[in-house]
Amino acid sequence: MGCVRIIPCLDVNNGRVVKGVAFEDLKEKGDPLLFARKYEEQGADELVFLDVGATVESRKMTLNLLEEVSSEIFIPLTAGGGISSDEDMRSVLRAGADKVSLCSAALKDPELVRRGARAFGSQCIVISIDARRVGEKWHACTHGGKKDTGIDAIDWGKRCRELGAGEILLNSIDRDGTQIGYDLELTRAMSQAVDIPVIASGGAGTVEQMLDGVIQGQADAVLLASLLHDGKLTIKEVKDYFKEKGVDVRC
Amino acid sequence: MVGIIDYGAGNLYSVRKALHYLGMTSTLISRSEDFEKVRALILPGVGAFGEAAHRLEIAGLKKPLQKWLSEGRPFLGICLGMQLLGDSSEETITGQGLSLVRGQCRKVCGKRRIHMGWNRVDYGDDPLFQNIPAQKTFFYFVHGYALPADTEGVMAVSKYGDSFAAAMRIGKVCGVQFHPEKSGKNGLTFLENWKRLWDV
Repeated sequence: MGCVRIIPCLDVNNGRVVKGVAFEDLKEKGDPLLFARKYEEQGADELVFLDVGATVESRKMTLNLLEEVSSEIFIPLTAGGGISSDEDMRSVLRAGADKVSLCSAALKDPELVRRGARAFGSQCIVISIDARRVGEKWHACTHGGKKDTGIDAIDWGKRCRELGAGEILLNSIDRDGTQIGYDLELTRAMSQAVDIPVIASGGAGTVEQMLDGVIQGQADAVLLASLLHDGKLTIKEVKDYFKEKGVDVRC
Repeated sequence: MVGIIDYGAGNLYSVRKALHYLGMTSTLISRSEDFEKVRALILPGVGAFGEAAHRLEIAGLKKPLQKWLSEGRPFLGICLGMQLLGDSSEETITGQGLSLVRGQCRKVCGKRRIHMGWNRVDYGDDPLFQNIPAQKTFFYFVHGYALPADTEGVMAVSKYGDSFAAAMRIGKVCGVQFHPEKSGKNGLTFLENWKRLWDV
């Protein structure tokens, strides 16, 4: 039936891997190319690069990085962070990305999703939704989680699917970097609301929690960062555990 | 020299990079006059069957491609590029494929609307799959439709809901539903085999 994907996420700023807690307090973790090689070797199913730096210089360095990684690593690469126009999408694809991840810009201009899907195919358009819990629901946020748009995150996911998005990368802002587990209700709600793959992100601290994301949250893939970067876990360990529990993974 | 057909359907960079990595030179081809400059053709493609078929037609590439295929010259169709070797697709009522083989592409029905991700490929002993470890036959797929598993020339199948054609070969004309350029080591081995077998 297809394998559950394990996807390392590299947040990059000025060409270096960084990671913070709840999108704040970025700490440097190292050279993205070395991380990419290591994860590919460990069996990563895809790689995501998010440019978290807001400067033109940081964007340029991300494009160079994509060039480098894509010339030697042949698994799907997704690029995101600050992509806000058709031209931005084209430039990351030309640099070697296979998919682009849109967040704030899609909320501001939903037609960008439609145009992207038309020009490059649905499989190319990943919608990154930063969701913050508000009472019983979740709101889609922008600007690294700082601005609440007031838009219901699940409705937004459905809308993006209608506009032609191929995948949803669902980040729980409340759980990001906490390692206390995914927001399973959020993951399941999104997974049931759309018929495109949902990637769970934000909060996984153990392999058991990742499995929960797949079984209870019904996610098609899990996104991992801190745990892998800090060497607390390897992709192989995650996959071995999944296999043991009867979840199909690529080996 | 490998000619990658550029007809406005999808991302050609990944394919080029993989060929380059394996020491193959490639050029993008958008006119049939350029067919004679290359030894092998790759037809990539994402998006809808009908639209892609239409684009090939208006670019004047359909007839020259059919001639290339009928002469049995080295060819590799990737994803939609494999589906186009059939007659038509359930995806669109209009749009005629290259009709190298009889068959209509059918919807693949699994957990999601499209089949996206890694999956097992079951193959016989075709030389294109040489040196790929039998227990680790995973390839990367992104598609909503595929040729039926019993289509002529099919030598590898995969399963998402039902079985579908994952790879086919008639002489030197090949098609793969997966993306070898994005399938890690297995994909590179596959492309390396393709390169070696027909000296492209």
